[in-house]
Order: sequence, then C-alpha cells, then structure tokens
Amino acid sequence: MPTETDHGPEKVRFDRVTKRFGEQTVLDGLDLTVAPGERVTLIGPSGSGKTTILRLLMTLERVTDGVVHLDGEPYSHMPSGRAGGKLVPADERYLAPRRRRVGMVFQQFNLFPHLSVLANVTEAPRHVLSLDADEAAARARDLLGLVGLADKEDAHPTRLSGGQQQRVAIARALAMRPELLLLDEVTSALDPELVAEVLDVLRDVAAGTDITMLCVTHEMGFARDISHRILMFDEGRVLESDAPERLLDDPEHERTRAFLRTIR
Amino acid sequence: MTGSGTDVFLSELGRALPGIGRGLLVTLEATALGAALALLVAFALGLASRSRAVVVRGAARVTVEFLRGTSLYVQLFWLFFALPMLGFRLEPMACGVLAFGLNYGAYGAEVVRGSIAAVPAAQTEAAIALGMGPGLRLRRVVLPQAYVLMVPPFKNLLIQLLKATPLLSLVTIADLTFAIDQLRSQTGATASAYLLLLLLYFGVAALLGAGMDALERTAKERLGQEGRNA
Repeated sequence: MPTETDHGPEKVRFDRVTKRFGEQTVLDGLDLTVAPGERVTLIGPSGSGKTTILRLLMTLERVTDGVVHLDGEPYSHMPSGRAGGKLVPADERYLAPRRRRVGMVFQQFNLFPHLSVLANVTEAPRHVLSLDADEAAARARDLLGLVGLADKEDAHPTRLSGGQQQRVAIARALAMRPELLLLDEVTSALDPELVAEVLDVLRDVAAGTDITMLCVTHEMGFARDISHRILMFDEGRVLESDAPERLLDDPEHERTRAFLRTIR
Repeated sequence: MTGSGTDVFLSELGRALPGIGRGLLVTLEATALGAALALLVAFALGLASRSRAVVVRGAARVTVEFLRGTSLYVQLFWLFFALPMLGFRLEPMACGVLAFGLNYGAYGAEVVRGSIAAVPAAQTEAAIALGMGPGLRLRRVVLPQAYVLMVPPFKNLLIQLLKATPLLSLVTIADLTFAIDQLRSQTGATASAYLLLLLLYFGVAALLGAGMDALERTAKERLGQEGRNA
C-alpha cells in the first residue's frame, strides 16, 4: 500500500480551470493540486471531464478560463512580458521545453505505424532530445526489457497484440523521462485477457520510479494498488478526494457509491 | 493498307526512327521536368493551404483554384505567346515545363492537402505528447504516413501529365507526337502512324505506372499494410 507523499512543492495546479466545448461545460472552475511524486487516479462517469484534465496537461486542449500551473509556474499561460504581470495564452515556444516534462499514454496506443517498435521508442529521444542513435537505442532497449518486449524491437507495431502495443507505448513515453505521466484509460481498448499484462507493467513503473502520475481508469483494483489518492469527478468538479481504501470502501457521497456500483 | 503501302511505311519508319527516338526523349524530358516542378508546387501549395495564417492559406487556395480553373492549353499559350509581349521570353521547353508544373502542381496540391488531412489526429497528438514541435511532427510523423496515400493519385496525375505533352508540338517543340506526325505526312499512312503513336504513349504510361505501383508497394510495406497475416 503506497504511503502518503509529503506535501512539498506542487507539481500540478489547476487554478479555477473551466473548459467548455461549445455549449457544453466539461470542467467548471476546477481547483486541483498534485504533489511531486504523487499518483492520483481520476474516476467518475464518462463525460465528467477526467480525460479533459489529462488533455489540458498534455496541451492537446486549451483552457477556456483559469490557469494550469506546472512546477509552480504558469503552463497553460505565460507572462505577457509587459508590466502588470498579466498572463496570456502560452505559445509554442513557451510550451516546448515545459511540455517535455509531461508524457502521455493513450487509450488507443497511437503508435507510429511507419516505424518499427524500436524506432517508435527512439524517435523522440533522438529528434527532440538530440540523443545519438546508440544512446537512444540503449535507452529504448532497457525500456522494452522493462515492459517485457525485448524480443520485439524489430517488429512492426501492427503485428503486435493490443496489450503489446500498449506496452510499447508505455516504453515510448518513458523514453522521454517524463516527470509527469498521464495515463488515459490505457486498458479500455484492450481485450480483457490483455489488461493484466499492461497493468502489471504500470505497477512496476509506479513501484520503481518517483514519476508523478495522473491516471484515468475504470480498473479499481489497479487504482487501489498504485494510487496515493483517488478523485471522484462529477459534472466537471471534484466530488470527493481521498485515499483509495477510504474512497473505494467507504465513500462519503451517494453519487460515488452509485458510480462504484455501476463499474463493479 | 496495301502490301506496297506497308513496305513504304516500314522503310520510312526505319529512316524516321532516330527522329522518333529524339521525340520520345523530348516527351520523357518534359514529363520528368514537369512532374518534378509539379511535385514542388504541390507540396508548396498543399502545405500552404493548411497554414494557420489566413493570408497564406487564402493565397494558396486562390492560386490552386486559378490554376485548376484555367485550361492547360491556354496557360501554355499564354506563357509562349503572351509573356514575350510583356518582355519575358522563355524557351519553348521552359514554357511547357512551367505550364505542366503549375497546372498539375495545383491538382497535386489537393492531393497533398487531402492526404495530410487523412492522417489521424491521434498521430499528431502522440507526437505532441513526445514533445515534438510542429516541424518535426510534420516531417517525422505526418508526412511519412500521408505519403502512402499520395502515391496512387500522383500516379494518375503523372500519366495525365504525360498525355498532355503532345501540346508541346503546338509551341514548336519536336516531341514524340511531332516526330510521328512527320512520319505520317511523309508516308500518308495515317492509321499506322497514329496507331504507333498510341502504342508508344501506352508503353511509356505503363512503365511510369509500374514504377509508381512499386513505390506504393514499398510505402505500404513500411506501414505494415501489405502481406499482413497476423
């Protein structure tokens, strides 16, 4: 059972963040803080904004209102440079170095189909971090070993099972040595018999590193094992937030109880 | 055709062969240079028409529509007959290559734009999640996947470009059509000469098509879309 992390400096902070898609409000003035090294699982009904939180952190979406902070500095926004200290939406140049601290694993794996397994993992270290080919390959082989796919480095991604593809995607994300790892329903697209191999790899990652993790999942056993804290989302807000055993076994809110019943 | 007519045609054909060979080379040269320019134009206009800057995007769209919406025949004549009146005289071959490159490049721009748009957005998102900037994403992730989608429509355009090259004979260039037309007028064997011309174009088109098919196969293999038995 993970222990509670120290509440040191914040890794992530959502400051009254609102996200609307057209008329639909997905996040409604959300405040949320995640400590460095903390592993937080987001649960709640679909459409409650969990995935949007991850996508905002990966800069795949822009906030409608409010500010997302990373490592204590603005991330969704940047200082305008003018006197008065007003924040303006972050541009590509501001985001580039900050976004590198964040990695994401997607529900649909999203491996690059034109590259081998090894090249999928070496691509960003080589071209974003400018590692030389040998160094990137060595790092990738270590990680493919970690996810149990050392023998598949020359394989083509489309020839792998879903579980194997997702493990490559995990290795690919870890190759950038992110400080914050976002896991977006990483087993939802998998056949039931392939779920365990992916979750086992992630348990190893959680146990072997101090990467801050934000995880959206319906696998409550996994959430219980790896999380320091679970957040129950409903209608764009945090309904309750507690240690896994408390939130899963003795939730405060009836809505949380009802939700947990639906996924069991 | 009478026996003696065939003999005359064959002996004249023998004498005309070097000229036909030169004409074929001119046709191939115009096709290759026109296609090379068209490829450049296609990528330039295709990428520009996806630009975030509305001015760039608008200019690209207008250029594409203009070049597609005006006849190749008229474009070529304009370059050859009208441009000199404005003080710019181009070699006939340069006029041909420019006309082919701009006209087919405009069609190619739509191919480039459409193929890039057809690469799933999730691929771009995966690249963003790996810290890749816009240039890297396009070059290393999107274009390699869009490429396989571009090859079959590019094959069509290449063959259409080849088939447009007889226009060159209208601007004083001795291409394949011109050479065969000489043979026809010398022998009077219109049917034989034009049949030969059809077959020659067909042969070149078949070779170009086979080359493009080979490109498509290798591109697909790299994407793991072919010979999959898992």
